[in-house]
Amino acid sequence: MAATTHALHPDQGRRNLGRLAWPIGYVVVILFLFFLYQTILPSLVKPVSAPVLAWLPVATINECLMWAIMALGLNVVVGYAGLLDLGYVAFWALGGYTAGWLMAYPFNWTWDFHLFSPVRANAPGTHINFWLVCIVAGILCAILGLIIGAPTLRLRGDYLALVTLGFGEVITQFFRNSGNIAGHNVAGGDPGISSIDPIGTGPLGALGIAPKLLTNSAAGNIWKILVLGLLVGICIFISLRIREGRLGRAWLAIREDELAASMMGVPLVRVKLLAYAVGAFFGGIGGVANASGITTAVSPSGFDFGKSVLVLLMVVLGGMGNVWGVTIGAFLLSWLNSNGLKQIGVQIDAFTGGNLEATLPRYNYVILGLLLVLMMLFRREGLIPEGRTKALMQMPSRTEAESLGADSVEAEAETDALEHSDAAADARIAGSAAAMAGSGAGTSHGSSGARRKEES
Amino acid sequence: MATASLVVGGTQRKAKVRLGPLVERVLGYVILGLILIWFVANIFADPDRFLGSLLVGLQNGLLYALVALGYTMVYGIVELINFAHGDLFMLTTIIAAGLMVGLLGVGQLSAISILALLLALVVCMAAGGFINMSAEFLAYRRLRSAPKLAPLMTAVGISFIFRGIAQQDYINGSAQKNWPISWGGPQVEGVYIYKLVMVLAVTVPLLLLMTWIVARTKMGKAMRAVAQDQDGARLMGINVNGTISFVFGLGGALAGAAGVLYFLCQTQTYYDTGTQLGLIAFTAAVLGGIGNLTGAVVGGLAIGVVQALNEGAVYGLGSNWSQSVVFIILIILMVFKPEGIFGRPTTEKV
Repeated sequence: MAATTHALHPDQGRRNLGRLAWPIGYVVVILFLFFLYQTILPSLVKPVSAPVLAWLPVATINECLMWAIMALGLNVVVGYAGLLDLGYVAFWALGGYTAGWLMAYPFNWTWDFHLFSPVRANAPGTHINFWLVCIVAGILCAILGLIIGAPTLRLRGDYLALVTLGFGEVITQFFRNSGNIAGHNVAGGDPGISSIDPIGTGPLGALGIAPKLLTNSAAGNIWKILVLGLLVGICIFISLRIREGRLGRAWLAIREDELAASMMGVPLVRVKLLAYAVGAFFGGIGGVANASGITTAVSPSGFDFGKSVLVLLMVVLGGMGNVWGVTIGAFLLSWLNSNGLKQIGVQIDAFTGGNLEATLPRYNYVILGLLLVLMMLFRREGLIPEGRTKALMQMPSRTEAESLGADSVEAEAETDALEHSDAAADARIAGSAAAMAGSGAGTSHGSSGARRKEES
Repeated sequence: MATASLVVGGTQRKAKVRLGPLVERVLGYVILGLILIWFVANIFADPDRFLGSLLVGLQNGLLYALVALGYTMVYGIVELINFAHGDLFMLTTIIAAGLMVGLLGVGQLSAISILALLLALVVCMAAGGFINMSAEFLAYRRLRSAPKLAPLMTAVGISFIFRGIAQQDYINGSAQKNWPISWGGPQVEGVYIYKLVMVLAVTVPLLLLMTWIVARTKMGKAMRAVAQDQDGARLMGINVNGTISFVFGLGGALAGAAGVLYFLCQTQTYYDTGTQLGLIAFTAAVLGGIGNLTGAVVGGLAIGVVQALNEGAVYGLGSNWSQSVVFIILIILMVFKPEGIFGRPTTEKV
């Protein structure tokens, strides 16, 4: 049906290809990474494989993929809907603790329950399949997102940021005090929950292709690339598809002008709450991926305000609203945070003989902060900006007269830029003027001006 | 068919009964009533403990007020939540610690150490003002006409830089550092009276000075003018950049004073103090109505007292939950009265 109606379009084939291009490319990248570590690197000589493993260990790739899930989730809230969320770590924490509750033998749990779990059947505690836990955590987090979103609906900008930040802190404090809430141990308190089940491989493990449990061993880490890569792929797919649909366009509308959007009939309450819920859903999945795939333990000390800002930084650095930009931002920053700074230190040490290997990672806060400030000063729209965001971020928010008052030098530069941006129009005017004067008919300006005159 | 349904929808739409505002108002009063009942219950349960908590609350509340003033002034003039303000405060606690204990060797507060206190106040206020002014000069100034998200993110970045600097081992390290300062003198319900006297003796004159600057001096007039309309102020010949810079300096100086007092009260330094106390102080500023100087002081005292009662009085959740209590106050406030106690509701212009 669709094919017949669109058969007349000559670029139909290209459009289909364009739609398929990114999934194919993405699968190729993930498979390449997998085979790189699985078969290519071990077969290469050491001088070739050692630097790759030093700069990009498998564990770091897994971390990058996990952070990409988080960044994609925050991108829905901040990038699409324009709701600044500084408490995103709350969802990461709740997702992690859901994994702790459903995939481990925590503290005083007396309920033994197994559901498609890869661990042996007589292990005590609750053990539920990784994928099911992902869904449960996502739904729980979406509900929490609605709870957090509801009171902040009428707030804007700064206040919204502050209230979400407050919620983030409250939830972290809840988990910190969770050892004794009205006399009950809910989530293990300060030490948290440890030895969470690793991801199982199901049929692949049974056939002997993959290890049965993806622990933090060399083989397990390599297979985790596929699992986490699949999760990131799903998140990218959802992000891209929602963005095209009615909901995504409603988000973009409220991001750009809330008042105008509501006047055009966008149901603000529903759309904003959905943004929180979808973002939180991703956050929950990220939390499970982190708890089960990366750390195999959760404790409240990991869920601090710094993590919220780190995710936000990924979104801002990559380019708010652009899925690919955000993914790359997440890769860059998490790599820098986990392994990159150390490696850069090692490389500089090789030249200078200093001890930057240990020092540079200790300055990660300073470096991240500087990066954020410099980004805001010189490239506000991010590394790979979305077209609309770019226009929005480069446009002064105040009217011309106001910005004239705000800083006359900047305003002057702005006026200059405005004048120069319309150079084509200037040329036309000059050309028509020349044509009117009847001189310079041979120049291009003159001829275009003459033609213009004939048209009118 | 589409047009038909459109017409039907257009004519048959019922006028909505707006229950929202009424329910909201009733709920707001119920919450206010519950807080009052909590106060009274605490008084009757154990008056002595209530008094002790009240004194602690007064002492902390004045410090919060000093920090909150920095937030509220900056917000009032450039509409920026200066996330780095709390961390600036934290840096000044570290400077105060290094100066008073490390350099001057103050161990016990006595008559002579008042001189050290004065010196620390001057140094920390100058340092706080200088750091804040340089942050404004280097970063915020260039972003004044940018969308609001940009300066906010810059402030977060600067707060990260401050925290990262404080975390270095040669500054403070990433653990809490306790300093050997002992307090003597009479106590009331576990509260050192001298502490309270010191806080009052420093804070009250500073607050009066602030009021005087804003209400009586030429600079204060310029500040109010710039807050109202930057363009208008510029046309009247006011140096807008200079005034904004001065406000940042003033806020930083107040944070510096608060840093010295906080260090002397708690006798410890920690790189994360800024985030926690900064958020509390910001809540105080919002509670009083952001941009309103009296509001910041009242809000600071209110938050200080509520927090102290929660920690010390009979019916309280304890210090484990004090952050949560403060933030829940903030969230409730945001739902019911976003403009704060003294603030005026703002409407968005198209």
